[in-house]
Amino acid sequence: MNYPENLKYTKDHEWARIDGNQAVIGITHHAQNALGDVVFVELPKVGRILKMGETFGVVESIKAVSDLYSPCAGKVIEVNQALVDQPALANQEPHEKAWMIKVEIADTSFIDSLMSAQSYSHYVETLN
Amino acid sequence: MLKKTALFSEHQRLGGRLVDFGGWELPVQYSGVMDEHLACRKAAGLFDVSHMGEIQIEGPGSESFLNFLVTNEVSKLAEGQAQYTALCNEAGGIVDDLVIYRRSRQNFLLVVNASNTDKDFHHILEAHSRFAENFDELGITNASAQYSQIAVQGPRAAEIVSKISSIPLDGIRTYHFAEGTLCGSIQALIARTGYTGEDGFELYTPWESGPEIWNKLLEVGIPLGMKPCGLGARDTLRLEMKYPLYGNELSDHTHPLEAGLGWVVKMNKADFLGKAALTKAKQAGLTRQLVGIRMIGKGIPRHGYDLYSETGDRKIGNVTSGTQSPSLQVAIGIGYVELSEAKPGTKIRVDIRGTLVSAEVIPTPFYQRNKT
Repeated sequence: MNYPENLKYTKDHEWARIDGNQAVIGITHHAQNALGDVVFVELPKVGRILKMGETFGVVESIKAVSDLYSPCAGKVIEVNQALVDQPALANQEPHEKAWMIKVEIADTSFIDSLMSAQSYSHYVETLN
Repeated sequence: MLKKTALFSEHQRLGGRLVDFGGWELPVQYSGVMDEHLACRKAAGLFDVSHMGEIQIEGPGSESFLNFLVTNEVSKLAEGQAQYTALCNEAGGIVDDLVIYRRSRQNFLLVVNASNTDKDFHHILEAHSRFAENFDELGITNASAQYSQIAVQGPRAAEIVSKISSIPLDGIRTYHFAEGTLCGSIQALIARTGYTGEDGFELYTPWESGPEIWNKLLEVGIPLGMKPCGLGARDTLRLEMKYPLYGNELSDHTHPLEAGLGWVVKMNKADFLGKAALTKAKQAGLTRQLVGIRMIGKGIPRHGYDLYSETGDRKIGNVTSGTQSPSLQVAIGIGYVELSEAKPGTKIRVDIRGTLVSAEVIPTPFYQRNKT
């Protein structure tokens, strides 16, 4: 699997696409593959203030329930309703159409703690 | 060290995702739970269920001993017939649920849950040693290591199994079986039983013959739409039928009457283990009942979630199993509720991560196949 270079990754298998003081957040290919068929996604309300590492939602496959952790602190300014309506997008296009939330970042220093595509690929290999 | 079935290498070759299931290393899925589930409903699914336990009871005293041991009426079981039943402790709690196959007048095969095999075997030996003087001679053997068990389930199962079976399958009615050969020369017990709600077969063969039968079934079945299915699909298929799963709906502390298994408890037969306690429970009246629920609000009920009354002010029970139903595309669950809340149509609430989400008790099975 080639992980997109323009995204940053966490050990909890979330990705972040950072653009100025905004970040778009989703789960990785590895995460959706481990979960299996995604059938339910629960996302926060717009306006919610998130702390770094805080649970911002839930993704459920037929078998499993998994929390979603925010890689950054900030305010939720948009959620992907299309994903809520069609959870299978998380399996089909985890890095694009299945984005979950857009956050107005409070502090950009978290970016240094995230992995590049290459580091994340290596990290995932160590898990297999 | 996890136990492996004879089909372990086949699961690896097919790309099955292997997990620890009660001490057995088995595939939870191959292509995906949804895909496998729907293949089984539309065409056929192939399952390795070799982890199930087999206990053989034979000898002149076998029928009367079994009739004392389990809740259903064993004397009504004809040769070549299978029967679903429960094994209870003296408090009426369920030691296991199982299927008994009557191979001959004095020879029975008990197929039990994998994780309960040792417990069941000791329970049976202990019951026998305590009450042996009441019964004619009999032998009890844990034969689990001798059998591979492969299930073919789905509307095209008969067509598929008939391609490798030496005996015609038309003569085997539901919950009956025949002894024959598969793939030319492999001895097999061919049973029209299963755990999916579909027509289908469970094939009991010598342990080492598992791979040959499995691969032959794949060869003839895949062109007909059959797919190998893992434990994930096995669970969602049984859940859509509200078939109980030991460890979820059933335990040593639940009794068969509240679990919806009253139909396999024959109170009118002579004494059996648990009868006194179950009689008492019946006289006292049930306090809770296993029901099927369907979500009205958003969310999926899961094992362990609490159930509340419609107004949300009173806890009325808990969820024992739940999933998004692949066939029905709605979230469904099974759970115990107080008797007053058990009627189909009753509105209830499910505590999903702190939010009381609206749901409804509905008639089961959730899924009904088109019977032709």
